[in-house]
Amino acid sequence: MTREPRAVVLKGVRKRFGDVTAVADVDLEIRPGELMVLVGPSGCGKSTLLRLIAGLEEHDAGEVWIGDRCVDEVAPGSRDVAMVFQSYALYPHMTVAENLGFGLRVRGAGPAEIGRRVSEVAEVLGLGGLLSRRPGQLSGGQQQRVALGRAMVRDPGVFLFDEPLSNLDAALRLQTRDEIAALHRRLGTTMIFVTHDQVEALSLGQRVAVMDRGRVQQLGTPHEIYRRPANLFVAAFVGSPPMNRLRLARDGEGRLAGGPFVFPGSSPHPEATLGVRPEDLTVAVVAPPASGPPPGSAGTRPGPHPSPEFTATALRVESLGSEQRIHLDGPDDAAWVARAPSALRIAAGDRVDVSVAWQRTHLFGPDGSRTGAAPQPGRGSHPGTPA
Amino acid sequence: MPDARTAARATGGISRTLLLAFACLVMAAPFLWMAATSLMGQLEVFSSGRLFPESPLWSNYPEALTAQPFGRYFLNSLIFATVVVAGQVATATAAGYAFARCDFPGRDTLFMVFLATMMVPAVIVLIPRFLMIDALGWIDSYQGLVSTELVSVWGIFLMRQYFRTLPRELEDAARVDGAGHWRIFRSVALPLAKPAVATLALFAFIDAWKNFMWPLLVTRSMEMRVVEVGIAAFHSTYEINWPYQMVAGVVAALPIALLFLFTQRYFVRGIQLEGIR
Ligand SMILES: Nc1ncnc2c1ncn2[C@@H]1O[C@H](COP(=O)(O)OP(=O)(O)O)[C@@H](O)[C@H]1O
Ligand SMILES: [Mg+2]
Repeated sequence: MTREPRAVVLKGVRKRFGDVTAVADVDLEIRPGELMVLVGPSGCGKSTLLRLIAGLEEHDAGEVWIGDRCVDEVAPGSRDVAMVFQSYALYPHMTVAENLGFGLRVRGAGPAEIGRRVSEVAEVLGLGGLLSRRPGQLSGGQQQRVALGRAMVRDPGVFLFDEPLSNLDAALRLQTRDEIAALHRRLGTTMIFVTHDQVEALSLGQRVAVMDRGRVQQLGTPHEIYRRPANLFVAAFVGSPPMNRLRLARDGEGRLAGGPFVFPGSSPHPEATLGVRPEDLTVAVVAPPASGPPPGSAGTRPGPHPSPEFTATALRVESLGSEQRIHLDGPDDAAWVARAPSALRIAAGDRVDVSVAWQRTHLFGPDGSRTGAAPQPGRGSHPGTPA
Repeated sequence: MPDARTAARATGGISRTLLLAFACLVMAAPFLWMAATSLMGQLEVFSSGRLFPESPLWSNYPEALTAQPFGRYFLNSLIFATVVVAGQVATATAAGYAFARCDFPGRDTLFMVFLATMMVPAVIVLIPRFLMIDALGWIDSYQGLVSTELVSVWGIFLMRQYFRTLPRELEDAARVDGAGHWRIFRSVALPLAKPAVATLALFAFIDAWKNFMWPLLVTRSMEMRVVEVGIAAFHSTYEINWPYQMVAGVVAALPIALLFLFTQRYFVRGIQLEGIR
């Protein structure tokens, strides 16, 4: 395809439904040819934002630009966008070929051109044998491809996808996800992809916009989103299992402290939250349980890991084949999860030494926004885990 | 005690069957009586309260049907019913779609006003309608016969409800595909509303076919009469020919009976909505 990909720019876009603010003053720029993923929990306004771009809803404030024009007064069919719906929204009374060709027919294309475009797209998507069937006679996966084909046929400047994979089974979802990524590489068209699945978002998006309650909480590459979450919401939403958290409060000397940790330097905030991803914890088994009193403080015993920060009990061990997830009674009895290699011999009830990769941790201020990584905490003043 | 229970269930089944059979008989009795009477002599009808003719008088049929120009009546009924069906389908689908899917100021209020007119008994508007048609000089003409029957509020209501059940995403998809309201109506909504259209057409046809008052009022000449009015014409001031009238009744009921045989499922749907009529 030779067409120029288009940018999509939202300037202070707001949309309310009665008392519900579905989209709150969103500024977002999707670059020409970019695959941008909007991700967030159900009801956060993703679909509404997409429908505003398509022109299916009218915004209350702000502007929507597609390419070099403001499309606020432009009908959906003239915005040069195509959309794939979560329900696929295939016309049930039309054959696959008619579904694919409808947009061209509405635009007054001749039968010869429609036929040519439909068979091109059918070929690409492997729909050739299904052209005379009706949507009701197709499997979910086939319907999904027809919906994709209906968008492709028109060769639009922008593709909009509203959770197009959520009705597929797991295997097909992965396969289709890869196909959409491949399609994007091949066409180089601007694509905006909505999903509530953070794994899907990180794997597919060149950039990801994380949304909550109608606002974009963070915009960045998947790496940035995962490694430097802008705030507690993003930190908790992205990653599976979610980030471990611990509430910290300022102690008498102005230092942040919580559980076994006392962080050096005086804190400007009265309280904060520590965040540690499960893979940034390292566990080592200390001893089997119920063999007397728990072992003493870290550092008095030789262990596989030189500097354990605290000890805990493995409450449950999930074995996922490639790795294990170890549920711990973390500091201050917070429920923490650590990831460990599947080779580690560990069972529920084991006492474990846990160490933390501090340079990869996160501190969030009282308003939830990230202030940086937590410094290496001092030791000795709060030995062991609290009772 | 499974035996007693089985027995009880069997008794229940039998009594239910009997009850239904009785109900059927009660429903069918007038029709059977009509058919029986259509085969009696004119005097036999009154003799000693007999229910069935001594020997069926088949000649009643050709005689009755030629006593008046019934061929013409049937043609008129057919024209009347067909045009009314076409008109009601056209107006009800378009208005129903607009009420269901187009945003315009006062839409819901207007719809309420439409619904409110359903509470006005049809007889009350007979005279105003007649005066309007008279003022137009359309008495005793086809346009006078059909023009005030072309819009059915019940039909609009039916279609609106049906269009509202269609998934919105279908229309959204069509809008992104470049279709406007009219195109969506014609190419997406209407084809999907076929079951509702069939129900509407069926009920409109039957209503028009059995309409008596309005055609009686608005037609004068024999050439413009419909079947129902023709049936009543056997019932003149000084003389009533019961067998002939029943012959006409049987023949007039036949198309409806046939229609019912082939379209039962649409009847059921319509009757489910009948409560609102
Ligand atoms: N047509 C509508 N009428 C009223 N409220 C709506 C409508 N569409 C969406 N909403 C509300 O707006 C919010 C965002 O919805 P949506 O954009 O569908 O979220 P998401 O796609 O992220 O799950 C929700 O609270 C939803 O209830
Ligand atoms: Mg949604």
